[in-house]
Amino acid sequence: MLDYSDVFALEPFALGAQDKNRLYGAWLDRLGAHHRHFCAPYARLCATLGNRPALPVRLFKYVDLRSVASHDVARTMTSSGTSGQQVSRIYLDKDTSARQSKALTRIVSSFIGKKRLPLLIIDSSAVFKDRAMFSARGAGIRGFSLLGRDTCYALDADMKVDMAAVLAFAKKYRGQPTLLFGFTFMIWQHFYLALRQADVKLDLQGFLIHGGGWKKLTNIAVSNSDFKQALSAQTGITHVFDYYGMVEQTGSIFMECEQGHLHASVFSDVDILDPLTLEPGATGRGCICTTSLLPTSYPGHILLTEDEGEILGQDTCPCGRLGKYFKVYGRMPGAEIRGCSDTYVAG
Amino acid sequence: MTNREKYNQAFIETLEITADQLGDDLTYQSIEAWDSVGHMQLVSALEDAFDIMMDTDDIIDLSSYPLGIEILKKYDVEFS
Repeated sequence: MLDYSDVFALEPFALGAQDKNRLYGAWLDRLGAHHRHFCAPYARLCATLGNRPALPVRLFKYVDLRSVASHDVARTMTSSGTSGQQVSRIYLDKDTSARQSKALTRIVSSFIGKKRLPLLIIDSSAVFKDRAMFSARGAGIRGFSLLGRDTCYALDADMKVDMAAVLAFAKKYRGQPTLLFGFTFMIWQHFYLALRQADVKLDLQGFLIHGGGWKKLTNIAVSNSDFKQALSAQTGITHVFDYYGMVEQTGSIFMECEQGHLHASVFSDVDILDPLTLEPGATGRGCICTTSLLPTSYPGHILLTEDEGEILGQDTCPCGRLGKYFKVYGRMPGAEIRGCSDTYVAG
Repeated sequence: MTNREKYNQAFIETLEITADQLGDDLTYQSIEAWDSVGHMQLVSALEDAFDIMMDTDDIIDLSSYPLGIEILKKYDVEFS
């Protein structure tokens, strides 16, 4: 079993480039050997592609990639995909799952503090009606639930704002920091627009963290700064942070800092590949490749995403966090259409 | 009510189990009700019962009936 105590002993955003290279060199060797040993299809891929292949995320749709015995699988995560498309299957054992939760906690705590805050989830608890359903949406809510307390769901089963619950939450925690979490598009469509229409302004404090992608909002011409301004005006919350993450690498999310840059933490790294040659280290726009040290139950430690991005710098962000920081532009042209974290297709 | 009784009651009520199911074998995901949703319900029941607020790492580590007792000791909850 791999020992992660050295990684978890580190502050999430305090590792400079040299130290990170050293840490990742050692860890990627260890993880590669682990997965080649326990996952035969992965070993075959490495035999053809070399020892550190970036696996295309869609490979998890077509090949069962698992590095634990089937009876040790505690939960199988499925990715989005509109109906008719094949879903990805990500196999988690208890250790990987717990490690992902802890990494998420470390990353988010460095933005909002270690204290668990009253949590308003901008979603419906009906997501959990079918408890066997482990979607990206459920995973996000489950992960962030650990960071909060006294959890309140802002939407009812019909995706309408539960105004009584939201107002009671706002009243109960008036003047105290709170945490709001949800998926970007759903927050906009089902929470912000509904509050605005009902002319309800909330007087909340604290943090709003959201993820799941901008595709649907870009389509209706809502930018990140529009989103921040609109949500701040309607809820009172001034710290609005986006994050970039995927179900294939749950936990090691890339959080947006106060400067609007997405940051790799100690648990993850990001590289840009040239879209034509797939060579790493490309400057300018290219395919985002993400590395996560967390998965041991499936070989998803190095992934080639279908998103287009650009590295903005390393260790030099004015926010003070070390590590690479970058920007995501959206899906690569020609990429398969995926949902915004499978959020509610009817939108 | 003793602390042990309060502890047991939190498990029995949130996981909808009977007293004879409490023990070393009772672990996270060993029964259907103790899934991630049940887990957060259990955590809030324990926090209410002992008037504490647990750290997130402890919530993640609370993966069995006996481990919960060890974790609660960190919050000065004593078990005789």
